[in-house]
Amino acid sequence: MTTDVHQLDDGAWVSVNDSREVNVSNLWLLARSDFCGCELTDFLAEGFVDVSVDHPNIEARMAGRCIACGTEGVTDWLQVGRVIDPESGEFCAIDPESVHFPDKRRRLARPQK
Amino acid sequence: MPTKVENWKDEVYGNEIRDHLMEFAEQGWESIPEDEQDAWFERFKWWGLYHQRSGQESYFMMRIGTPNGVIEPGQLEVIAEVADEYARGPAENPEFGDAYCDWTTRQSIQLHWIKLEDIPEIFDRLESVGLGTQQACGDSWRNIVGCPVAGKDKHEHIDAWPVAEELHETFKGNDEYSNLPRKWKVAVTGCDQGCGQGDINDLAYEPATKEIDGEEKLGFNVRVGGGLSRKEPRFSRSIDVWVPPEQAADVGAGMSALFREYGDRDDRFNARIKFLVDEWGTEKMRSVLQDEFVDFELPTAGENMRESYTYNAGGDEHGDHVGVHEQPDGNYYVGLNVLVGRMGVDDVYELADLADEYGSGEVRLTQRQNVIVTDVDSDRSDEFLDEPLLENYEADPHPFMRGSIACTGTEFCSLSIVETKNRQVRYARWLKDNVAVPDGVEDFHIHLSGCTASCAQPQIADISLRGMKTRKDGEPVEALDIGLGGGLGENPHFADWVEMRVPADEVPGYVENLLATFEDQREGGQTFREFIAERDEETLQDLAEAEETDYEDPYMHNTKMTWYPYVEDDDMQSSPAPTNGEGEPLQPADD
Repeated sequence: MTTDVHQLDDGAWVSVNDSREVNVSNLWLLARSDFCGCELTDFLAEGFVDVSVDHPNIEARMAGRCIACGTEGVTDWLQVGRVIDPESGEFCAIDPESVHFPDKRRRLARPQK
Repeated sequence: MPTKVENWKDEVYGNEIRDHLMEFAEQGWESIPEDEQDAWFERFKWWGLYHQRSGQESYFMMRIGTPNGVIEPGQLEVIAEVADEYARGPAENPEFGDAYCDWTTRQSIQLHWIKLEDIPEIFDRLESVGLGTQQACGDSWRNIVGCPVAGKDKHEHIDAWPVAEELHETFKGNDEYSNLPRKWKVAVTGCDQGCGQGDINDLAYEPATKEIDGEEKLGFNVRVGGGLSRKEPRFSRSIDVWVPPEQAADVGAGMSALFREYGDRDDRFNARIKFLVDEWGTEKMRSVLQDEFVDFELPTAGENMRESYTYNAGGDEHGDHVGVHEQPDGNYYVGLNVLVGRMGVDDVYELADLADEYGSGEVRLTQRQNVIVTDVDSDRSDEFLDEPLLENYEADPHPFMRGSIACTGTEFCSLSIVETKNRQVRYARWLKDNVAVPDGVEDFHIHLSGCTASCAQPQIADISLRGMKTRKDGEPVEALDIGLGGGLGENPHFADWVEMRVPADEVPGYVENLLATFEDQREGGQTFREFIAERDEETLQDLAEAEETDYEDPYMHNTKMTWYPYVEDDDMQSSPAPTNGEGEPLQPADD
């Protein structure tokens, strides 16, 4: 099945295949991010502004703030989970407390190594 | 490209949702196909139903829209009965019990823990006395707000109640305006104190005089594009239009049709009309309204009364409607303080009885989450004030109790970041017991909103609190951003955010220190708002320190990760939801 994603309720939710899966208000640790000057951005997700699929990954851009330095803004694309069974559309969320690597180049061709 | 929500709305929206809702209710929660839940939850909002947050699946918040906050004789008892019978969840709130009503900042009523299966009976009960939930949420004309004492106010120039009532009757269930790009909030003010709060609404009617054919007429100036949400607060802006009361609905129709046609349906974050006003400017708003959406010539704006606005203006003239006030007919209205707007159901029954016994049976809701008993017999007001109910819902409350407003918070809401209502109750009580009220302050506004949606209207408070998180001793804890000096009046001002990410248990200490500084440094009879306004950002940040006190906050942990923050076993896995129509847990499908 195709994977269908969208944000809901003023950005409170990421919905995957019409199931509310990822909610705001979690803290996400972002590494190698240029969101702020912190080595690790301790990011509070206040709202999902964009959601996208990069099979099998579900990605989102979140509005929020680094709670260490106070920088506000919108993150680059960040994996929030993945569809583990393309047939059933079963989704597995990523643990926000693990370390994440936002990717602003998601929509661009990746250079060959 | 239209959003997913727009596609759902194109398929089914507005009045027709009701038939589907009733069918689902008849067949039970499990009859909503899992892959259609998002679409139906979005549509159910139009009928006042908001699915509660994670861990509370199958339960809904129900909003009852009471235009201008007017609860007519006989209606409050039914509201209490509905709350008593249908709004009892699987767990008790330690401050408010297991059934209660929330009076909201938009003069509506919210009930929680509503089961889908009960909705037909609830609708029958509400509609039997003229109440309803239609368009209480969703993308349409929402509950009309206005001066809570319209028609019974010595300060009013126009009785705004018939205007609000006409707008309500014209646009409720009206298919022409049932599918707007986003919510549409309207305020009607008829007094010279500004208590309709038109400055923070999408469309505002404000009292104004205008010379028409040599005769001075009373009507309204029209303002558009106010709102507080998403860190993008705007005050409504004048579009240089005056309208007589008898054409208020025509202008409302035109302006909401303009919004319907030109509002952004591709991006819900950019959909509110405040952003269209930003983009177009007020002159274009006026000219498009004139050229395309009304068939009569719009007079230019009249002489407004904003100079005399005292409502929430920072002084001590008129911050709310609490207290005993004489009506033009010689009777009294008595405004009662409801801490954070929540009232236990037994108290709601009692309030209904008292309104019948001492007044006309009418009760009104304010935009400060309080209630007003109107038409109290002139010779019985003292007797009324002696009623035991008024010990908890005072007509002369302590300033910290009086000014406390809180939104729903993580108790039920998906968007909120922190617990709000119970926390604000604890704040108010601690402040009352521990902090000296600055000299001359009778009404001090502290508004706590769980997130940037701003349902508690934090930006227009003396002290604005907004949900955040921080780390304390390395552990994530609930925290609040603190803003100062907001308010309405002739020159409204949004609070300046001065302290960020303060751990929630250090906020009372901050307020204590702040008010001590205010008392120490204020000049003469300077009000708190004046005191804040004359200081620059750097000075404001140095005014006070946050610190722990003997205030204890039981909600420092991540309340959003619990199924209900106040139960002993609050683990998400321990939730009884979803449940069937009897409130019994449904077994997982694969068990």
